[in-house]
Amino acid sequence: MSPAHYIFLAVILFTIGAVGVLVRRNVIVIFMCVELMLNACNLAFVAFARMHGNLDGQVVAFFVMVVAAAEVVVGLAILMAIYRARRSASVDDASLLKY
Amino acid sequence: MTTLAATGVLRASWLLLAFPVFGAAVLLIGGRRTDKWGHLLGVTMSLASFVYGVIAFFTLLGYNAADRSRDLHMYSWIPVAGFQADIGILIDPLSICFVLLITGVGSLILIYSVGYMAHDRERRRFFGFLNLFIAAMLLLVLSDNYLALYAGWEGVGLASYLLIGFWQHKPAPPVAAKKAFIANRVGDVGLSIAIMLLFAEFGTFNFGPVFASAHSGGTGVTTALGLLLLLGACGKSAQVPLQSWLLDAMEGPTPVSALIHAATMVTAGVYLIVRSNPIFNDSPTAQLAVTVVGAVTLLVGAIIGCAKDDIKKALAGSTMSQIGYMILGAGLGPAGYVFAIAHLLAHGFFKAGLFLGAGSVMHGMDDEVNMRRYGALRKLMPYTFVTFGLGYLAIIGIPPFSGFFTKDGIIDAAWEKGGTSGYILAACAIVGAGITAFYMTRVMLMTWYGTKRWAGGPGGEPHPVRGGPGGSSPQGDTEQHPHESPWVMVFPMIVLAIGSVGAGAFLIINGRLQSFLAPVVGVPPTSHGIWTTPGAIALALSLLGVALSWFMYGRVAVPAVAPRGSVLTRAARQDLYGDAFNESVLMRPGQWLTRLSVFFDSRGIDGLVNTIAATIGGSSGRLRKIQTGYARSYALSMLIGAVLLVAGLLVVRL
Repeated sequence: MSPAHYIFLAVILFTIGAVGVLVRRNVIVIFMCVELMLNACNLAFVAFARMHGNLDGQVVAFFVMVVAAAEVVVGLAILMAIYRARRSASVDDASLLKY
Repeated sequence: MTTLAATGVLRASWLLLAFPVFGAAVLLIGGRRTDKWGHLLGVTMSLASFVYGVIAFFTLLGYNAADRSRDLHMYSWIPVAGFQADIGILIDPLSICFVLLITGVGSLILIYSVGYMAHDRERRRFFGFLNLFIAAMLLLVLSDNYLALYAGWEGVGLASYLLIGFWQHKPAPPVAAKKAFIANRVGDVGLSIAIMLLFAEFGTFNFGPVFASAHSGGTGVTTALGLLLLLGACGKSAQVPLQSWLLDAMEGPTPVSALIHAATMVTAGVYLIVRSNPIFNDSPTAQLAVTVVGAVTLLVGAIIGCAKDDIKKALAGSTMSQIGYMILGAGLGPAGYVFAIAHLLAHGFFKAGLFLGAGSVMHGMDDEVNMRRYGALRKLMPYTFVTFGLGYLAIIGIPPFSGFFTKDGIIDAAWEKGGTSGYILAACAIVGAGITAFYMTRVMLMTWYGTKRWAGGPGGEPHPVRGGPGGSSPQGDTEQHPHESPWVMVFPMIVLAIGSVGAGAFLIINGRLQSFLAPVVGVPPTSHGIWTTPGAIALALSLLGVALSWFMYGRVAVPAVAPRGSVLTRAARQDLYGDAFNESVLMRPGQWLTRLSVFFDSRGIDGLVNTIAATIGGSSGRLRKIQTGYARSYALSMLIGAVLLVAGLLVVRL
């Protein structure tokens, strides 16, 4: 199988994730879309690593996973705090920090 | 003339300066602790300087005429390569004349002030300032170089400022003090530029080397130097066009008017010109300018003196006029120098005497200065009347009093200059003599003769409670009790009156002053007797002036309120529009300039800066709206940014 297929899949997943982040209001969904984008990247990294025959891309993929895990932990904690305070999980409601 | 090093007694000539400096320092630093004996210390220090001056004078007389110029080197100021400023004291016939005048008349006026300022709580400070003035004036005349002369020049300006504004609680004196200071600044700029030019040209400040090489600089340099020195002299000596400050300076206490603004400081300009005689001798243009300034001022001052009802201002106009004579004499070259100095010395006596007399009248009349409120005072103040009268005879040049000899010397010198300019100058001087006789007779008649125009009984008993000259004495219609002043004030007036009578004859007859000053200022090219044609014309005109004055002020009663007067009278009351001229030509354009600058600053420069700031602020305000607070819009902008970045990279790569 040529790496091109993996790359196409990664691009499709990334696009779905990006569009999801932009159009959805629910924070949980946005988080999931962010995860989708990160994992699309991971897929691309691994595919390229395979293509070039070295381990660099795989190592970076691991790093991305670690960062994603940390991001989710912090992000969900903030989300919980906001939900408790405002009884809402919509990102558009939390728009006080502005001009 | 060569300058020798000071020897013997003259090695201590720094004492001349040290005494008054010490007095001023103790009185001004010591403050109220010295109130009780401060005036005595002031008088003592001045007298000490006078005694040393007399000793130095006789020491100098003991030398040969050619060896009478003695220099005492004090120290070198900032001795570096290329800049050598040796500060020293020069005792020569010219400077010793001034030393005797300053310390002699100064001491007399200080003694007078003991009585005159007796009721003033600030008497100690007054004596401190007067000692400061004497020190600065001595530095001015004793310096052997232009640099220290300039320091003394500024010092007397400061002392004059402090003393004009001495009564700070009144509104007018501080204003007059500021006016005097600023008018003097104009002249001082001229003097300072002259000194810089002098150093650039000759490489030294010292009189000896400068005068030795004055001729080598070329006429252009000496003319420029002469005109700049003349500007300095105009400021200090209240000559046209910088004359306006002297009349206002009469706001100061009367002893100050007598010492600083009649006898000594205002004659510093004459000293400067006579001292710099090698420079002026080399430049006929500068000399002509000096004579023109002198002739114009002597007429302007005399005309102003005719119209003033304030006795001190009438005398101030007279001072301007008499200094105009001296400046005129100094501008005539070797023919006039000695007469300028002779007139200066005689004027120091009779004008100081007249001012002290005026002060004595004010003292007895509760500080009334308006002569229209005087009249018939001669019986009540006999000593003041006699001394004032002798000063009057001296100033109008009645033989054998002082002014006759010294003023006629100047008139003769102008006459002998010849040519159109000489005759015009002599005519001005002769007419000036006539006007002098007119206004001085007017002062005499209005003050001493006629009917009394003041309120109060005819008695001469001393007033028990009286405000000091600085105190808030009741003015207006309260009763006045004119009385003779105490002895401490009468004594100096008597001494000065003796000087007014004899000084001129003593200095001029047998050419005493002429041969004494010859090593410094040269010898007049022509010599003549006492009686000359122009002198006789001047005397005739003076008598005419006296007669005219008697017809106007003696024969008829003087109205207590000034009549409207002719056009000339009204112009003279306004100081011949000197202030109006300064105001419209200098002050208003200056104000316009400042307003224009302020406008340009606030609208132009501030406007530009504010516009830039407002533009940045406004656009920032609009740009700020992008910060909506919606996380998804930030995500979109990040996406767009990332896409642009990738697109840019691709474009560059391809």
